[in-house]
Amino acid sequence: MTSNKQGYSLVERYLPYLLIAPALGYLLFFIGYPLTQGVLLAFTDQNGHFTLQHVYYLLYSPSSNFWPALEDTLALAAVIIPIQIMLALGFSLMLSANFKGKDMALYILIIPLTISDVAGGLIWYSLLTANGFFNKLFMALGIINQPIQFFGYQFRPMEFIAIVLAEVWRATALVFVIIFAGLQMISREYIEAAEVFGAGTWTKLRHIIFPMLKPSVQTALLIRTLFAFQVFGVVMVLAGRDIPVLAGEAYYEQTILYHYGVAALYALIIAAISVVIGYIYIKMFKAQYLKEVAM
Amino acid sequence: MVDVRLRGLVKRFGKTIALRGIDLDIRDGEFIVLLGPSGCGKTTTLRIIAGLEKPDEGRVLFGEKDVTYLPPKDRNVSMVFQSYAVWPHMKVRDNIAFPLKIRGVPQEEIDKRVKWAAELLQIDELLDRYPHQLSGGQRQRVAVARAIVIEPDVLLMDEPLSNLDALLRVKMRSELKKLQRRIGVTTIYVTHDQVEAMTMGDRIAVMNAGKIQQVGTPEEIYLKPANTFVAGFVGSPQMNFFDATVKLDGEKLLDAGEFTISLTGDLAAALKDYNNKTVIVGIRPEYMYPRELAPKNMIGPEIKGVIDFVEALGSDTIIHLKVGNKHLVIKISGSHHYRIGEELTVIFGLDKIHIFDKNTGRAII
Amino acid sequence: MSTPGETPPIRYYLLRIVFAGIVILSCTWVLLPIIISILYAFSSPQDFYSPKEIIPLHYTLSNIQKLLALGAARATMNSIIVAVMTVIFSFALGLPAGYAFARFAFKGKDSLKLLIIGLRMFPMLVIAIPLVTLYIKLGLNDTLLGVALAHTTMALPFVILITSSIFVSVPIELEEAGYVFGLDRKQTFLRITLPLALPGLTAAAIFTFIMSWNEVFMAAVLTLTNRTLPAFILTSAMAAPDIIKFAASFIMILPALIFVFIARRYLVSMWGITVR
Repeated sequence: MTSNKQGYSLVERYLPYLLIAPALGYLLFFIGYPLTQGVLLAFTDQNGHFTLQHVYYLLYSPSSNFWPALEDTLALAAVIIPIQIMLALGFSLMLSANFKGKDMALYILIIPLTISDVAGGLIWYSLLTANGFFNKLFMALGIINQPIQFFGYQFRPMEFIAIVLAEVWRATALVFVIIFAGLQMISREYIEAAEVFGAGTWTKLRHIIFPMLKPSVQTALLIRTLFAFQVFGVVMVLAGRDIPVLAGEAYYEQTILYHYGVAALYALIIAAISVVIGYIYIKMFKAQYLKEVAM
Repeated sequence: MVDVRLRGLVKRFGKTIALRGIDLDIRDGEFIVLLGPSGCGKTTTLRIIAGLEKPDEGRVLFGEKDVTYLPPKDRNVSMVFQSYAVWPHMKVRDNIAFPLKIRGVPQEEIDKRVKWAAELLQIDELLDRYPHQLSGGQRQRVAVARAIVIEPDVLLMDEPLSNLDALLRVKMRSELKKLQRRIGVTTIYVTHDQVEAMTMGDRIAVMNAGKIQQVGTPEEIYLKPANTFVAGFVGSPQMNFFDATVKLDGEKLLDAGEFTISLTGDLAAALKDYNNKTVIVGIRPEYMYPRELAPKNMIGPEIKGVIDFVEALGSDTIIHLKVGNKHLVIKISGSHHYRIGEELTVIFGLDKIHIFDKNTGRAII
Repeated sequence: MSTPGETPPIRYYLLRIVFAGIVILSCTWVLLPIIISILYAFSSPQDFYSPKEIIPLHYTLSNIQKLLALGAARATMNSIIVAVMTVIFSFALGLPAGYAFARFAFKGKDSLKLLIIGLRMFPMLVIAIPLVTLYIKLGLNDTLLGVALAHTTMALPFVILITSSIFVSVPIELEEAGYVFGLDRKQTFLRITLPLALPGLTAAAIFTFIMSWNEVFMAAVLTLTNRTLPAFILTSAMAAPDIIKFAASFIMILPALIFVFIARRYLVSMWGITVR
């Protein structure tokens, strides 16, 4: 550091660190402390002695819902994410064309970005419940004779479908924004060059657009996977504990059963899964960033 | 290879009208340049020929075939883009081979043709590199190789040299021209650079405000500009323009106020409908001489003024002359020194003046 | 394939009609659920429970009133207080950091930025559970301040990254012109950078507000009586009749819809930054 020679004062030299320090300190405390506390809660009993009782409870107790929760969380992700990626790709391609009202369509498609998972769940509840819009509509059209039941423990598969619909409706916008931004960054001339050299629609997609969109799709995929392990509000609204998910079980153990140790364990598991996924993402992000600089 | 005919092309983008009726016949094997300032519609015309835009009115004919509403892929055209549009995720080889692959050319033939094009553009060493490993000039060569590899009916170029540095641009100018002669493809070249247009084009179509102003060989465009726009756009420094009144009663002359220009019989005859009307007179800076530098025996009008400003460019010297309220620009070779404030008399040949209708801007002679 | 002549081939028009259909269908997919749920929120109970009225014909404010009387009025107020506090805290902490990342070159900048990007990925909801223990000690449990502090943790990485990219978008030449004409760094920031960045910062504040307004897990874990709106809906309103739930969903999405309209120009870029 030769800044002194250039005549910067001490404050000038350390100004950026001074500006960042409060935020960084806050974050480190509010993440670091709870994580440490979480480990303590998860692995000690009320006397402060090391114990694995919470782990045994989580994994083996008949009253623990961990395995079904893990299963359903993964099942939801496996169904929802591919649909979202496909839909978002479709929306992005649609909005890459020029047409009247394009801006309007764009605003409309991103409205769900601002709608919470709880509200999204309630909105779809109003469409799917026994007296809801679709049941009434289909009965009026004579397609069905009695309402299709979506909600209640005996209709779990239908609850699953309702959650999928609500999540696809609400959170596709996020995937769309990522992929659309990626598509916007592809210069129009790349695509036009393909057209001029004889590419039809499919060739254009296959050889030019999809390869160039790959980084955006990967980003979207990883972020969605990350969020999938935090799914909570929409499931609670539409299915309660009929369809258990990891965050929902953490909430239940904490606020209903007061199993603080078990709840903390859930929290640590979600955090661990996310850190692994996030690690992969940062690896990729860094690689992509360096490549962009090189270009 | 085909001839290309444009018939009454009109194109609107929302409220702005980009093209207001373009008619142009481009001959088979010809190198034609669309020249004009930005926003004149030249790129839009090119994109309509490529099939990237559909005109609102009018037709595009390749030979006898109406291609107006055909997508680009069914036209057998090729294009060099301004940004080159060399796909970053493909190696140079794959970039050049792409048009052939789409057309289902057998691999053996693809290899042969890629090699041919790469050698022609001297990029055969670079075939296994990715575009981000290339310089701007090299990328440009890849773009050209990709454009000629398929033997297109029409080759389109959209300001292909504008992103190169000045030295490389001059070099590529002659290379592209030679290349076009060699493969003989009908070429439509868009540029705003008049030097490119003059040096490369077999013919030039000068465009402004969505209309073609004049079509002709570089010589015709320079020597016989059809209107004030063409006269002012081509040539550097710009042609001198001033208003003058035609006086044919008594002594026949053009009265510019500060000075007059006597008219010969031919000129007077050409101006007979303009008696006592105002016209625009144009004279190029390179055809005006300080009297002492004028070719011997030169006869013509003389104008006396005061030197306002001198730009010494090395090879040339540009003199700004103040004549009353008028400013005239004179270009002479660089080895002469004139001082600001000096008086100077310039002389020019009557055969070098252009006269334009004041209302329409059209050339009278 | 194409008929030569003055008019485009029919296929050209057909494609355009199909395309318009897809656009309309996509927009309907997004809009219809919102419109229906709003109509149902104001539907009279008779219309809602009648199988014949697909779209309710009689409207009433009673659903909203009943919901508010159940405790949603207070929960809404709580939500607003928490969201405003979150905006203030996260900007007070995040804005200087964002400016530092945008305008200084310093040792360790890339690693620090990568750390922030990494933290943004962290599932903040997990900190709520262990925080309860700390909050009980500090007397913050079941307080709005406690929720706001947790929400600030969630929003802070986003605020740093968003404000940083907003400051980057202010041309540095304009700041340099400020220095040249005699302003110091602080004056330049206050009189040149900040006014230019203000529209973007406003949008970022709205974004932060909505983030807090929508958050349910932490709020539900950290409060018991001082529920925010989503936590209230999750714990109390779910037991209410359907039609009351629709009223709850309407109140939840109302600020979001207003803000979408106000900040629509920034929406794509804002959410784009948060995920890039």
